[in-house]
Amino acid sequence: MSEHRKHVLVCGGTGCVSAESLEMVTSFKKIFKKRDLDDQFMVLQTGCFGFCGQGPIIKIFPDDVFYVKVSLDDIDEIVTEHLINDRPIERLLYKDPETSETLPKQHDMGFYKKQERIALRNCGLIDPENILEYIAFNGYEALGRVLTNMLPEDVIDIVKASGLRGRGGGGFPTGLKWELTRKPMADQKYVFCNADEGDPGAFMDRSILEGDPHSVLEAMAIAGYAIGASIGIIYIRAEYPLAIKRLEIAIKDAYAYGFLGKDLFESGFSFDIYIKLGAGAFVCGEETALIHSVEGHRGEPTKKPPYPSVEGYYKKPTSVNNVETFANIPAIILHGEEWYADKGTEKSKGTKVFSLAGKVNNIGLIEVPMGTTLREIIYDIGGGITDGKEFKAVQTGGPSGGVITVADLDTPIDYESLLAIGSMMGSGGMIVLDENDCMINIAKFYLEFIQDESCGKCTPCRLGTKRMHEILIKISEGNGNMEDIDKLKTLGRMIKDSSLCGLGQSAPNPVLSTLKYFYDEYLAHINEKRCPAGACQALLKYSVIAENCVGCTACKKVCPVNCISGSPKNVHIIDEDACIGCGACYDVCRFNAILKP
Amino acid sequence: MIMEDIYRLEEADKKLPVLDEFIESLSVKQDEVIAVLHKAQQLFGYLPAELQLYIARKLDVPASHIYGVVSFYSYFTQEKRGTYTINICMGTACFVKGADKVLNEFARQLGIKSGETTEDGAFTLTDVRCIGACGLAPVVLVNEKVYGHIQPEDVSRIIDTYKEKKGE
Repeated sequence: MSEHRKHVLVCGGTGCVSAESLEMVTSFKKIFKKRDLDDQFMVLQTGCFGFCGQGPIIKIFPDDVFYVKVSLDDIDEIVTEHLINDRPIERLLYKDPETSETLPKQHDMGFYKKQERIALRNCGLIDPENILEYIAFNGYEALGRVLTNMLPEDVIDIVKASGLRGRGGGGFPTGLKWELTRKPMADQKYVFCNADEGDPGAFMDRSILEGDPHSVLEAMAIAGYAIGASIGIIYIRAEYPLAIKRLEIAIKDAYAYGFLGKDLFESGFSFDIYIKLGAGAFVCGEETALIHSVEGHRGEPTKKPPYPSVEGYYKKPTSVNNVETFANIPAIILHGEEWYADKGTEKSKGTKVFSLAGKVNNIGLIEVPMGTTLREIIYDIGGGITDGKEFKAVQTGGPSGGVITVADLDTPIDYESLLAIGSMMGSGGMIVLDENDCMINIAKFYLEFIQDESCGKCTPCRLGTKRMHEILIKISEGNGNMEDIDKLKTLGRMIKDSSLCGLGQSAPNPVLSTLKYFYDEYLAHINEKRCPAGACQALLKYSVIAENCVGCTACKKVCPVNCISGSPKNVHIIDEDACIGCGACYDVCRFNAILKP
Repeated sequence: MIMEDIYRLEEADKKLPVLDEFIESLSVKQDEVIAVLHKAQQLFGYLPAELQLYIARKLDVPASHIYGVVSFYSYFTQEKRGTYTINICMGTACFVKGADKVLNEFARQLGIKSGETTEDGAFTLTDVRCIGACGLAPVVLVNEKVYGHIQPEDVSRIIDTYKEKKGE
């Protein structure tokens, strides 16, 4: 890397790519060529920097300058001013939203300060399409060490002692899963990588696969050696074309360099990896459903036991692990189990990647030690709530999880503590909600999702969630009664107890959790026919503030249902029964004379 | 329905050999139903009954199995799509930032509901479950192109862009 005077790193994650970051790479290349600068500067695309809300991101090495919200028009200036004349461009630097201080360096930013990157160690640092860059950062060293110096049992012991647990949401100890898959006698075993990241609002796995695909391949080969499998299969969503492309390149290169294929490191161990595409079914994230999908069937789950570690793909022992789980493995092998177990809480070791989204200032991908509090994540890393609004709750665990409220902001986050407060870790999606979000609306949103995604095999999930969804619609339209609350609770318990797979067993969680923490809001909808957050359209009734109204007739003209009456220069009146709550009058009024409910 | 019906599909005589070649290249065919369907949809744009039957015969599996798979996965479509498919991301991050309003606005301006195609065959409107670009919420995808931070007032601009393109 030393031959070039400066390196330009352009974020090539999906977020930045959709804001023309790849065109920026081309533009740099063109300018370098045209101005004969190729031997001085080099441009490369990296994986996701994580700070997606500030994208597209460009970082200059060795100056360690971090540019945010760059546009194609800025490229020429970056070359002339920064690269050639060494004058960093002030207006493209990140400004702290609170202090307005300009922060050119990544590690000074609140967003990065409290992070500790293990699974994301190479994301935003290396070119994911160049195996040599991965190797330069100790890539495939862990595999080499495992194959030449360690017994499979030793590998399992290290992973067990590290305390690593499944990052897909369940939190099952990874080492134990490997051991259980190693035990049965079988002529063939399989390592599966679950990259069917279906949880809406979560993009950890996508970013790892786009930013550091080799770490997953290396870890799969290590897992194969540990459990005695020679075939690995990556099951990935078809909705992630960029991740698929980078995986394909990575697999091809890994074969070319002898990190996949026959007799790796002359150890006699062989390992092949294949990619299988999903086709848009959330339930396929469940391991038995995933295996059926890989076999070419409908992705319907089956009863456990038998667990896949005993009877999986084609009835052979199969270990299914998540992308992020795998990304931790090479680091654990290289640094040792104690290094990893030192981080985190008593029962949840290491770090966890979260995708922070919703009503928070710094949207992006973060990795923090287990046990970090929600307050640190939302306020220190996330930079607080957007537009200075009031924090209301965080939704974790997606459609299987629940809400965390102000009361639990200081709870250290790990698998157990989240379960204890009625949510769950899930895969790591964190959606921040503010005062304008109606919790019934959110619960309704998730149930609608479950309705779409329920495979229909078992009755409680297929029909039970449908009934719950109908009740929520009724409540959000102001037609609910107190009996409905009891029905929601009873149905919720029943569905949890009697559904076949994890999808159904956790489907009522968003409702039960909002019922527990936002009971008042349910009551307001039912008893007062009022939506406190002002989100449920059917309950929104606007009214005129008489002392502000000058009788300009603007509201009357714009009302689509003609429910506003009044003559010019006289106070207008809204017929609340006819009002559909569209808010057009509120938007058009220039005298603050419309009261928003 | 008979096998010959498949030649009613647009350019079937050109596309089928490509599909055949793909199927031939697979070692364990029954395992690859989903991969074959992806390939077929990529070639034909959708998976009508004739094509499903053709694939069933080629892979030597019951047609009911193929239909079962096609109808199970949301990525597969049995209806012909418009030239431009407008996907509104309805992941949670987009939802809390008002993706439903964007969807409604597209539906209103195009005069179709989600899942439908305009009469002139130009646009299909659908919602999609999280494309993982939450930093850009709310997100709209037109074919492969991603539009971030979309508000209802941006809708007409997007529609016009593609109307012009189609007119060219």
